[in-house]
Amino acid sequence: MLGNPEDKAAAAAAAARPAGARPASPPAAGAMIDVRDVSKSFGSLRVLKNVSMQVDRGQVVVVIGPSGSGKSTLLRCVNRLETVDSGEVVVDGRSLSDPKLNVNAVRREIGVVFQSFNLFPHLTVLSNLTLAPMNVLKLDRAAAEERARRLLEKVGIPDKADALPTQLSGGQQQRVAIARALCMEPRIMLFDEPTSALDPEMIKEVLDVMRDLAREGMTMMVVSHEMGFAREVADRVIFMDQGEIVETGTPEHFFSEPEHERTKRFLGTILRH
Amino acid sequence: MDPIVANLDFLIGGYATTLKLSAGAMALALAIGVLVASVRVWGGRIGSAAGGAYVEFFRNTPLLVQLFFYAVLFAPANLGLSRDPVVVALVGLSVYTGAYVTEVIRSGILSVDQRQSEAARSLGLSQVQTLRRVVLPQAFRTVIPPLGNLSIALVKNTAVASAIGALELLQAGSIVSSRTFRLEPLAGVVVAYLSITIPLAILTGHLERRLRFAR
Repeated sequence: MLGNPEDKAAAAAAAARPAGARPASPPAAGAMIDVRDVSKSFGSLRVLKNVSMQVDRGQVVVVIGPSGSGKSTLLRCVNRLETVDSGEVVVDGRSLSDPKLNVNAVRREIGVVFQSFNLFPHLTVLSNLTLAPMNVLKLDRAAAEERARRLLEKVGIPDKADALPTQLSGGQQQRVAIARALCMEPRIMLFDEPTSALDPEMIKEVLDVMRDLAREGMTMMVVSHEMGFAREVADRVIFMDQGEIVETGTPEHFFSEPEHERTKRFLGTILRH
Repeated sequence: MDPIVANLDFLIGGYATTLKLSAGAMALALAIGVLVASVRVWGGRIGSAAGGAYVEFFRNTPLLVQLFFYAVLFAPANLGLSRDPVVVALVGLSVYTGAYVTEVIRSGILSVDQRQSEAARSLGLSQVQTLRRVVLPQAFRTVIPPLGNLSIALVKNTAVASAIGALELLQAGSIVSSRTFRLEPLAGVVVAYLSITIPLAILTGHLERRLRFAR
């Protein structure tokens, strides 16, 4: 269920508020991720400058941009791995700036997949998957393992449950990482360059899993340069450069008629290689 | 061998005390080390400073001086906690060794990639759960060799307890030696220390191989 073109265009327009504009009105009712006028600096380096964007329930938004553009930082602000200097991030109706917020409760609804997988090397694949369900959701071992095995099946590696992460290929490790995030039954999935550390032949197996997730209606925010993936499943693509959202639109828009010179130049480099 | 055989029970009693002192102090030092290292890393500025002060104070003063200090401090005339020199030595050795263990564990914690914590926190694990389930198990595996070193050093340091009157291995051996004017009891003491420290070295190597994991 990816919505008709009009919906997409409307959503694109909503997200393409000019950088620097104050959010004028409350977000659309369906917004799962609502980033409002967020700025963030590391020391004197401004990595996010008045960024506003939304991801609606069930939508897939792909964020592209050169390295150092702030796209990973933006993603990390959504589960408060980074705090914002100004502005606000609202996830599923809860403001992450709220001092009374139980951040662990919000995070358990947001799955994150990292570029470097970040599997726990001292635990087997199965234990990587059951750790959070058993400790956070308090599932008993049998229930957690059943869930874990089901998800390993889903990502196509049911036979690796007892392996250690380092015994797996990069593609397999990343699929385990996706299954580990799904074990918490999150409502949102964040992907931070999930295929950038992978050999070309392993990229497809990871993208296939992500594609299935998107088709099942998962709300997803994906930092990635996989334009083929974006074209197939993204509702919207956001192009960032130097801490700002430069351009937002459908994947088709980016392939056919990108407006800004910076966008054209960037797409030129990633599509040509 | 006669003086050893004639005083075997007495010597074995000292040996048993050294074993108990070593095991007890190592267990306590590990507990102190994990606790203080955690405070040093995650306890903010105050925790870090307090933990640092503990470490620097106790590893930069002689163990013998510390034991003398506790012996007087714990005496009935002062705190009255205990007149048993073995108990005093246990406390002193634990606090002293704990300072070293703290630094070793702290280096282990710092060697665990920050991204491991991020992954754990992203799954909804609390700070304490992350520490206990993800960071510390990896930190421990990294620091098994230096912890093995410290445990061997601790076994040898228990001999210092003889100076405050604890009847441990060295004390027992030297009593027998001076009563009989013979060297064998002290040679036996040396062998007895080796019988503890060499298996410890082997155990360390074994644990290191068994718990090794590639990063």
